[in-house]
Amino acid sequence: MHASSTPTCCLIKFGVITLGRSIKHCLAATACACLVAAVPMPAYAAQANLSRDDILWLGRITYGVDSASAAHLREIGRAGFLDEQLTARDDRLPAPIQAQIDAMPISTRPAAGLLADEIAEQKRLRAASDDPDAKTAARQARNEDGNAFLRDAMRRHLLRAVYSPAQLKEQMDWFWLNHFSVFARKGAIRWLAADYDERAIRPHALGKFRDLVMATLTHPAMLQYLDNARNARGQINENYARELMELHTLGVDGGYTQHDVQELARILTGVSVFVKAERPGRRMLQSDGLYAFYPARHDFGDKQLLGQTIKGRGFAEVEEAVALLVRQPACARFISHKLAQYLVADEPPATLVAAMSQTFQRSDGDIAAVLRTLFESREFAASLGGKFKDPMHYVVSSVRLACDRGAIADERPLLGWLGTQGETLFGHQSPDGYALVESAWASSGQMTRRFETARAIGGNYANVLACSGDTKGDTPRLDGALYALALKPYLAAATRETLEQATSAREWNAVLLASPEWNYR
Amino acid sequence: MRRRHFLSAMAATLPALGCAGRLFAAPASAPRFLLVFLRGGYDCANVLVPYASDFYFESRPNIAIARPAGKTDDALVLDTNWALAPALRESIGALYAKKQAAFVPFAGTDDLSRSHFETQDSIERGLPLNRHDFHDGFMARLATVLGARAAPIAFTDALPLTFDGGGDIPNVSLRNVGKAPFDERQSAMLSGMYREHHLHAAVADGLQLRQHVAEEFAADAQAANRGAINARGFALQAERVARLMREQYRLGFIDVGGWDTHVNQGGAQGQLAANLDGLGRGLAAYAAALGSEWNDTVVAVISEFGRTFRENGNRGTDHGHGTAYWLLGGGIAGGRIAGEQVTVQSSTLLQNRDFPVLNDYRALLGGLFMRLWGLDRAQLERVFPQSTPHDLRLV
Repeated sequence: MHASSTPTCCLIKFGVITLGRSIKHCLAATACACLVAAVPMPAYAAQANLSRDDILWLGRITYGVDSASAAHLREIGRAGFLDEQLTARDDRLPAPIQAQIDAMPISTRPAAGLLADEIAEQKRLRAASDDPDAKTAARQARNEDGNAFLRDAMRRHLLRAVYSPAQLKEQMDWFWLNHFSVFARKGAIRWLAADYDERAIRPHALGKFRDLVMATLTHPAMLQYLDNARNARGQINENYARELMELHTLGVDGGYTQHDVQELARILTGVSVFVKAERPGRRMLQSDGLYAFYPARHDFGDKQLLGQTIKGRGFAEVEEAVALLVRQPACARFISHKLAQYLVADEPPATLVAAMSQTFQRSDGDIAAVLRTLFESREFAASLGGKFKDPMHYVVSSVRLACDRGAIADERPLLGWLGTQGETLFGHQSPDGYALVESAWASSGQMTRRFETARAIGGNYANVLACSGDTKGDTPRLDGALYALALKPYLAAATRETLEQATSAREWNAVLLASPEWNYR
Repeated sequence: MRRRHFLSAMAATLPALGCAGRLFAAPASAPRFLLVFLRGGYDCANVLVPYASDFYFESRPNIAIARPAGKTDDALVLDTNWALAPALRESIGALYAKKQAAFVPFAGTDDLSRSHFETQDSIERGLPLNRHDFHDGFMARLATVLGARAAPIAFTDALPLTFDGGGDIPNVSLRNVGKAPFDERQSAMLSGMYREHHLHAAVADGLQLRQHVAEEFAADAQAANRGAINARGFALQAERVARLMREQYRLGFIDVGGWDTHVNQGGAQGQLAANLDGLGRGLAAYAAALGSEWNDTVVAVISEFGRTFRENGNRGTDHGHGTAYWLLGGGIAGGRIAGEQVTVQSSTLLQNRDFPVLNDYRALLGGLFMRLWGLDRAQLERVFPQSTPHDLRLV
């Protein structure tokens, strides 16, 4: 920097290059200090044989350490734990949480009916009274209903993230929702978001990548969001075709051309949202009551995609094109790189991405297999503690720590914190999804917003946490056994000193949640 | 009074909070520059309307803006070839009449990916296309070259790529400016905790700026409750931006989304018109709130690309190439359409699809910066490497 930064700033910046490194350095020093001073170990940790690396490993495979996951890791070890996570062996929620989800309208109202209702309702609203004010009011009321439905979709997603033992599956659920991002405030998507998560994304979160692409391609949320619902012979809309290659499969440098975009758009003509009143033209070839393939709108000519001829014949072209896209080496690299960016480092090592790409191609895009390559790599082990938490990780890990499997009295403030930190579920307007790197989340404005969340959770100002046995509104105790096990031994001197300056339990909690150590995983 | 008191109080706490070199730099008389990025690729052909071209009306049977004929929904004549969207008549049209607005059609970048994200990133970096330096934005390099004259800030939730690599440039969103969450003691504790961490400046600056903004706009909360009609959206934000730019900052960035109109974009009325209305009001509010300082201010409104010249099958437009940039300012030589132009007809379209780029964004912004701050060629080379400035004599 020229002139404007002060020299102290520069010294500090260059002195500590990454937190990963600085933590390790600090940790080594602290560990020695503990031994020499013979600080009595807390009872919980005395039974534990989890190393610092185990704790960091657990913090990466899960949304954040809690007592149950730590106990389970002690019990079965890393290899067993990883196996269970990769197969999502147990994704049962605690009974009261499951009951809470079961009681939500999103659990009982099928999406097909919702979509039909919404289409009919919008039609009715358009035709309704001539009074523009009454029209606006009616539309707003209808949108409010939709927003309530959408909030349930977010609440369910967050409850699973906090409570599900299948923590890797829940992280991947978020990852793919973000990869195949849809924006809830467009079209009928506020009504469809719950189903999109439940049926298009979550079942395939650890499955085959190709299935994810097909499930999102044929989901009305995506069809509306990227306008393929409107894409028809003679009325080409290339929005989805472009993003399907650029953002979903190949990446912008994936070797396709503008001509490929146009040809893929032709292949995708006729794939639309199911509308009951629609005349299917000839035989309707495909529908699940939510999407439909309308042959009358399809361009039946032959197409050229990535140098291959796709014979014009209907929906089978779409399946052929997707199969062609996902078997490109560019797709394997693009997806592997993004997974590694999420789970390893902002700039993942090329060796790791290459190994993952190989697995991707060898396994026909088996996500669990690719993740196994990632988690068993040396690069992963070397990265522990160095990845900045995005707001979703920050909020969920903090609630897991503060509540430690206790009940959340009211999970709505969690949505608020994600909102103020800029990572609302189904809230990214453009289709690229939220960024996965530190520089996207650690600006001066964002750090302050994050500290506001630390203060709210630490002081329980939003009355969120009613950890088991406590009365709603109590200050959570963050300095308990979990703290002693997972954090206390590894804090840097500056953090320890600052914690000592805290003048109340609430402030102490806020400082802990604001600390550099807590902001990385 | 209260603000001044607050600033001196802040100055006293500076050592405790650590280095915050970029905050409250308050340079003496230096021009202000605000970059407004319209994300999504706005449809310039329905903003700067080529009304002399029959081809325009043929290409847009459903969404064309009507030729100027005196009705409120008609385009507003700017010169013999171009007219302005009626949604901007009261705001930008009025500035144009005062020679405080100019447009550069056929503007943009060589990047032909037609990808929002790729093109936004490459413009924000402002580097030759063969260079892939990911954390190196042109506004950050400009701030570096300007040194003490810069006082940069982004009015965004996250720091934009264009300010990346410039040291610790602060950002703050002015959408919601409530009470500051931490007092001075707590702020000092938190920034002290990061004293040896690479995020130290971000933490210290952010806490300070947050307190300052809460103080600066404390009166707003009550005022907004009273007359809440226009107290939403971009206009209110723009007014706040003006207040901070008037006092402390000289180099600003803000972005506005919602321009990706693939479906039913509308014409004189509708989706695009509503967006333009909000944007225009905001920019007019910004100009008004700066008062006499508006004469020493330049605003550039840019976007990643234009859209297809012909409307698509859904009464919208798809990703295109050349766009139109707007330049606004109390002291600019406006009231004209600047830069290279060609006749708008099918044979001059790029790939028979969209506007060509005849005015490279690096050359035209470079030319602007050269005049605005008197930069020499060596300094410009640092801002826009391997680019020859094109001086449109707008300032």
